[in-house]
Amino acid sequence: MSEIADLSALPQEEREARENFLFNTKGFLSWALTLDHKRIGLMYLVGVMSAFFIAGMLALLIRLELMTPTNTYLSNAQYNQVFTLHGAIMVFLFIIPSVPAALGNFLVPVMLGAKDVAFPRLNLSSFYLWVSGAVFFLAAMLYTGLDTGWTFYTPYSTTTQGPVVAATMGVFILGFSSIFTGLNFIVTINTMRPPGMEWFKMPLFLWATYATSIIQVLATPVLGITVLLLAAERILHIGIFDPAYNGDPVTYQHFFWFYSHPAVYIMILPGMGIISELMSVHSHKSIFGYRFVAYSSVAIALFGFLVWGHHMFTSGMANVTTIIFSALTFTVSIPSAIKVFNWLATMYKGTVQLNTPMCYALNFIFLFTIGGLTGLWLGALSTDRPLHDTYFVVAHFHYVMVGGTLVGFLGGVFHWWPKMTGKMFSETWGKISCLLVFLGFNLTFLPQFVLGSRGMPRRYAQYVAEFQELHQMSSYGAFLLGFGLFVALGVFIHSLMAGKKAPPNPWGGATLEWQCTSPPPYYNFLEPPTVNDPYNYKPLAYRDGDRGWEYVHPEAPEVPQSEPEPAQS
Amino acid sequence: MSEAAVHGDGHGHDDHDHPAFLAHHFDDPEQQYDSGKLGMWLFLVTEILFFSGMFCAYALYRSIHPEVWTFASQFLNSTLGAINTGVLLFSSLTMAWGVRCAQLRQRTGLVVSLAATLGCASIFLGVKAIEYTHKWELGLLPAGTYESQFLPAAAHHGISQWLYVLSAIPAACVLGFGIWYAMTIAKGEKENSEVAGPLLVTALCYFAGVGLGLFLESGEAHGEDHGPGTHSEEHIDGHEHPGNVHEGEEGDPGHKDAHEGGGEEHSMLPGEAKVVFVSAETDGMKPLPKPGAATDKEIDQSGGAGLFFSIYYCMTGVHAVHILAGMGVLTWLLVRATRDHFNEQYFGPVDYVGLYWHIVDLIWIYLFPLLYLIK
Ligand code: HEM
Ligand SMILES: [Cu+2]
Repeated sequence: MSEIADLSALPQEEREARENFLFNTKGFLSWALTLDHKRIGLMYLVGVMSAFFIAGMLALLIRLELMTPTNTYLSNAQYNQVFTLHGAIMVFLFIIPSVPAALGNFLVPVMLGAKDVAFPRLNLSSFYLWVSGAVFFLAAMLYTGLDTGWTFYTPYSTTTQGPVVAATMGVFILGFSSIFTGLNFIVTINTMRPPGMEWFKMPLFLWATYATSIIQVLATPVLGITVLLLAAERILHIGIFDPAYNGDPVTYQHFFWFYSHPAVYIMILPGMGIISELMSVHSHKSIFGYRFVAYSSVAIALFGFLVWGHHMFTSGMANVTTIIFSALTFTVSIPSAIKVFNWLATMYKGTVQLNTPMCYALNFIFLFTIGGLTGLWLGALSTDRPLHDTYFVVAHFHYVMVGGTLVGFLGGVFHWWPKMTGKMFSETWGKISCLLVFLGFNLTFLPQFVLGSRGMPRRYAQYVAEFQELHQMSSYGAFLLGFGLFVALGVFIHSLMAGKKAPPNPWGGATLEWQCTSPPPYYNFLEPPTVNDPYNYKPLAYRDGDRGWEYVHPEAPEVPQSEPEPAQS
Repeated sequence: MSEAAVHGDGHGHDDHDHPAFLAHHFDDPEQQYDSGKLGMWLFLVTEILFFSGMFCAYALYRSIHPEVWTFASQFLNSTLGAINTGVLLFSSLTMAWGVRCAQLRQRTGLVVSLAATLGCASIFLGVKAIEYTHKWELGLLPAGTYESQFLPAAAHHGISQWLYVLSAIPAACVLGFGIWYAMTIAKGEKENSEVAGPLLVTALCYFAGVGLGLFLESGEAHGEDHGPGTHSEEHIDGHEHPGNVHEGEEGDPGHKDAHEGGGEEHSMLPGEAKVVFVSAETDGMKPLPKPGAATDKEIDQSGGAGLFFSIYYCMTGVHAVHILAGMGVLTWLLVRATRDHFNEQYFGPVDYVGLYWHIVDLIWIYLFPLLYLIK
């Protein structure tokens, strides 16, 4: 790693093939022990996708059970276990590490023109912490019986027979993984920006990652101590959360949501960062309101710490407290709305190209907006009363977490796939997958809003017969959504096996990652690259499918003749 | 543009001056140092937030049950707490001195101050072991396992069994490091003996701490302080009543009688029970509970007193784990210091560990008054 072999004599093709980070060293250990942030990012990508697969299968099982109003495949106890594992795996093993750890790891140093993150060893250790946390969860799953819901509310979590201690230790370990990732990114972005890249010349993905990292560093330790105390509660009966020993369950909820509300912004902010990039690149137009988008990320991160009480409106807090939390909840939606308006304005008069990543980005905006707006119903005291703990809440958070984070994540994976693997994918099938995901998703979760407002409570295996139609719609939607995701997986696998070689810049992006080869060499950049405005697309021109977009140097002999520069506004 | 990015002769940063201690992805030592420092500060922020959960729990439950705190905190030995505070403060000094030595490339000074810091940490743990085992013996345990102090608990005579258990590891360390040290001396391996020696001293320091704790804890049993030692002996002497706390007063006639007998002249005081179980000379010094508030006995028997010890064990336990982790990294520094890894250009690791060590001390500086001093 330390010395760079002299390959300059080789032809360029050959040199790129030898130097690219995927193949520069070979063998299992060269991956397992790698300090290269790009490889770690890819390992995370495989890891979180596997977690998503497991939890997704559990989701389909849930929907299968809910096809009928009575228990068909699962007993009530089994149903509890299935939805708990689905939620816990999705949240702790998939969504939280998805964008920051997988894509962020790959992109942050490259976007900074740096060779690696500030602490490569810490980075690798955080990956292995993730793996060991996952093992705890798998153990809990094989042991079967974790049935507390992903929130581990006391007193149920202190009385159930399930493997709560194993699961909380898993959460504890995963928390550290998340903290280390966040810490690494904050330091990297602070100290390793290339000369000339001021804060306000950073790509917006980095702003979003920075804001996310702040939440990871400030909120996750509180989760750590909460689950530690919960484990102590079970083992030693310390009487802090357990009412059987004079403890207070509402205190547990405060502790838990002090982390877990900010955590929902850990989930969504990086997704928003991706969308900011995708909107601008695929519209070939500078992002509208750069500063507003950047500041709103930080604002979301900070406001996000003040609203946790909106999960506890019905838990018996003082009335004044609920009013304050409700009011604060409304403020948090302002920066989210700012982002949505700026993305829309970015497309206005741009040269919008409906590439697969862009389709996902539009999908995101549509779904996230519904999710965010329904959050306001839940944040308002009078409407939350009847809606709390119903399918309305389930639909709300799936709109933001699946419609937002997952769709944004997929958009990001499609967008940077050529950069990560060096292969193009099938545009047609990519778009089909996006359409299927869109239809399947809405078919799954729109009926749940109706169900919830009609009073269907969450977390039950049985329901009254009048809800069956809506539940069946939702289940069919889930199968369609699952199918759409398999199509997307198929696109990726096909691309790996038979994809066309990707040019360095297939979409016409102006951020630094598009300036190195696809896939990048293991050292990213020999020297810190020159820093341009990350959203200035004027000097870029499209050549052809093999060469993608290239910078048009004034002195370059071939000034584009056939391909006109896309219109700029 | 790919050419533009990958241009050059393929040697990259090998051209310019890149000393061995500088990681490949940093441009210069300054950037490396700044990154490390920022990373460490962020880590310390997470540490503070980690403890903050427990500080919140402390504040919350203290404000809800002030009487529990008044009652239960008297079981902590503030002399031992004060000694440990002093020990940690001194270790902070030696740590800071070590950082300075690293910056000036004073190898011996660095080794000595790291060893001194390790030794202090070890004394701290020794004293803590005495405090813990003493309380375990008396049943001063977290809420679920707390044993009433108004029962004839097993008399606490001398050394707790638990202390032997806890001391097994340091004893093994003394043995191991002793042998290693002897071997390095015999073989004349200077560098290794400079590691083995301090580690041996560190392991021995644990026993110094234990000795110190034993001495002070036993001194207390003669009535100098209102420590738990006193009251358990009084229990044995004064009230021979079998029975289980959970049966309450009715199921425990002997208990009741004892109180009626002993509480004659104090019968009007809500806090009558403490007369029975806290030694006489401290009785007057303890603020009386508010009229109408629960009696000490009620606090004790409702299990509420265990809450204080829950929080006490959680906070000091997590703190002790941090001390142990600190000892781990200090040892790593010690090894590197003997290898002469640090110099004017490169002293980051010593600096960062120093910061960590100070924060661990600082947390103790808060724990000590909150748990031991405020009544
Ligand atoms: C845009 C502003 C948002 C507002 C105003 C909002 C508001 C709320 C409220 C008030 C609840 C509690 C409902 C109840 O239990 O009665 C809730 C639940 C939830 N929200 Fe949001 N939310 C917003 C965005 C998000 C985002 C971006 C995410 C995640 C990416 C998210 C994830 C969740 C989850 C997971 C729950 C349910 C937790 C549970 O009880 O299991 N929310 N939201
Ligand atoms: Cu929330």
